[in-house]
Amino acid sequence: MSEYTQKDNRDASVGMVEKKLHSIAEPPHEMVLECGERLGPITLAYETYGTLNSKKTNAVLILHALSGDAHVAGYHSEEDQKPGWWDSMVGPRKGIDTDKYFIICSNIIGSCMGSTGPCTLNPKTVMPYGLEFPVVTIGDMVKAQKALVDSLGIKQLLAAVGGSVGGMQVLEWCVRYPGMVAAAIPLATTTRHSALAIAFNEVARQAIMSDPNWNNGDYYFGPRPETGLAVARMIGHVTYLSDESMRLKFGRRLQDKSDFSFNFNPEFQVESYLRHQGKRFVERFDANAFLYITKAGDYFDLAEQHGEGSMVEAFSKIAARFLIISFTSDWLYPTYQSREMVKAIKKTGRDVSFLEIEAEWGHDAFLIPNPRLSGIIGGFLNRVFNETTR
Amino acid sequence: MKLPGKQMRFDLDVIASWIEPGARVLDLGCGEGSLLEYLIQHKKVIGSGIEKNESRVAKCIEKGLSVLQGDINQEVEDYPDNSFDYVILSQTLQQVYAPDDLIRSMLHIGKKVIVSFPNFGHWRVRLQLLMTGHAPVTKQLPYQWYDTPNIRVLTLKDFRKFAREVGYRILKEVAIETQTVGREGNIVRVMPDLRATYGIFLIGS
Repeated sequence: MSEYTQKDNRDASVGMVEKKLHSIAEPPHEMVLECGERLGPITLAYETYGTLNSKKTNAVLILHALSGDAHVAGYHSEEDQKPGWWDSMVGPRKGIDTDKYFIICSNIIGSCMGSTGPCTLNPKTVMPYGLEFPVVTIGDMVKAQKALVDSLGIKQLLAAVGGSVGGMQVLEWCVRYPGMVAAAIPLATTTRHSALAIAFNEVARQAIMSDPNWNNGDYYFGPRPETGLAVARMIGHVTYLSDESMRLKFGRRLQDKSDFSFNFNPEFQVESYLRHQGKRFVERFDANAFLYITKAGDYFDLAEQHGEGSMVEAFSKIAARFLIISFTSDWLYPTYQSREMVKAIKKTGRDVSFLEIEAEWGHDAFLIPNPRLSGIIGGFLNRVFNETTR
Repeated sequence: MKLPGKQMRFDLDVIASWIEPGARVLDLGCGEGSLLEYLIQHKKVIGSGIEKNESRVAKCIEKGLSVLQGDINQEVEDYPDNSFDYVILSQTLQQVYAPDDLIRSMLHIGKKVIVSFPNFGHWRVRLQLLMTGHAPVTKQLPYQWYDTPNIRVLTLKDFRKFAREVGYRILKEVAIETQTVGREGNIVRVMPDLRATYGIFLIGS
């Protein structure tokens, strides 16, 4: 996902928030990962907003995409230029209303945003894990998040909400812990990556791994693979946009000049935009974390992992009511992939609502302030809240 | 006949009066969900809907209804048999390309089916064709031949004949006369084939 964290001025903000850390899997009780290795201790970064009601029935778990973090809304300090990544959706009287719900946004293992991942210290070597870090899956991430939710004393989440790789976590939550999720809102997501999505991820990973500074993932005491990570981000960014959004945003316009300069400096606006995105990304993201999280996304296959190849079988495990949302111009996880989910859920006889929102912004559309999106998420949550607390 | 909730469109009122409390209901082409909303509120039904139009689906979901965006002909396919007590097709039959296939599918996924449609046998329609020689344009079917979505105009008699031929049982039938698709209306008992603007049928297989 990219950085469309515009402030929505019409609405209030949740205000000052702080990042919290939760530790689990202290040795010798390490978490056994899907790959068979053991990981522990594990730290998970998270933030919470709003107030948990006395019956603990108003908790909404938000799960973020590839490059996101636990900071979904509000500000960490007075100096912050930008609010959290989904501030247009999360706040007082917004789609996910902080006056009404207790919102948890959890980071993921493998990330570089405060949780245990390849850039954190391996307690055994007292050095950053690097490639010593085991390959984690979406299932592993959700297992860790479950421990966090348990620690907050919450028996059932009112809803799990997330887009893209966050949507995969939503799906995983629903089949892995069906009794714990009353409602699910997967946005712009898929039950498994298409060859196209894997291909883009692989090209992005190759960009990182072919940067000499990457040094087999061991770069934490030297120069970082900044070029590789920036290129990886540029590739990712193209897949988050769409033909239409790029045509509208850049067209063939040149940056600060009127004629070609006949060299390879950035000239087209789209080139300087991508370079800028790449550069900014390097300042906040870790190259190894990018490798691990994209791999987790590629490995995810709900039908294989939970339904012996059948999506209907996998979805027959769920108890949650579903609201599935896709976007017309999302070519990374196109609408047909959401429709496959809808079809499978219908076959199980469970409740599902579905909407394909007309949007030119490609995969990133779910991050952009959109009254329609806020309206349906708010309405859906309200209904589930009334039903579960009746 | 006293029908509950006068704020509803008259034809939807009739449909609502046929449905028993707590039933599972699927509304095909549910629009902005007014029938579903009414049925959930007054009949405590477990309701869901299918609608093609994005903004109408959004309105439904905002209201807290369970609604899928999609084409009714395709979306009707994926439910298990007998998932619903009632599957409703209100004033859409005349726009369906393959009505026989659709009704068959509806009777698979639902125990009973409710269909309603404008009556092309209304005396005004008959008179217009006879007197003017033009394809009839009425308040119920207000389009010209070249821009109409209503590709399957039929009369009450046509529907009865169709049901008889394919072997569906007509469990209930009400002919109504409404002012446009307004809230006011009344049931037509005398010469319904000529005088009704709409027919509503409850059928079973």
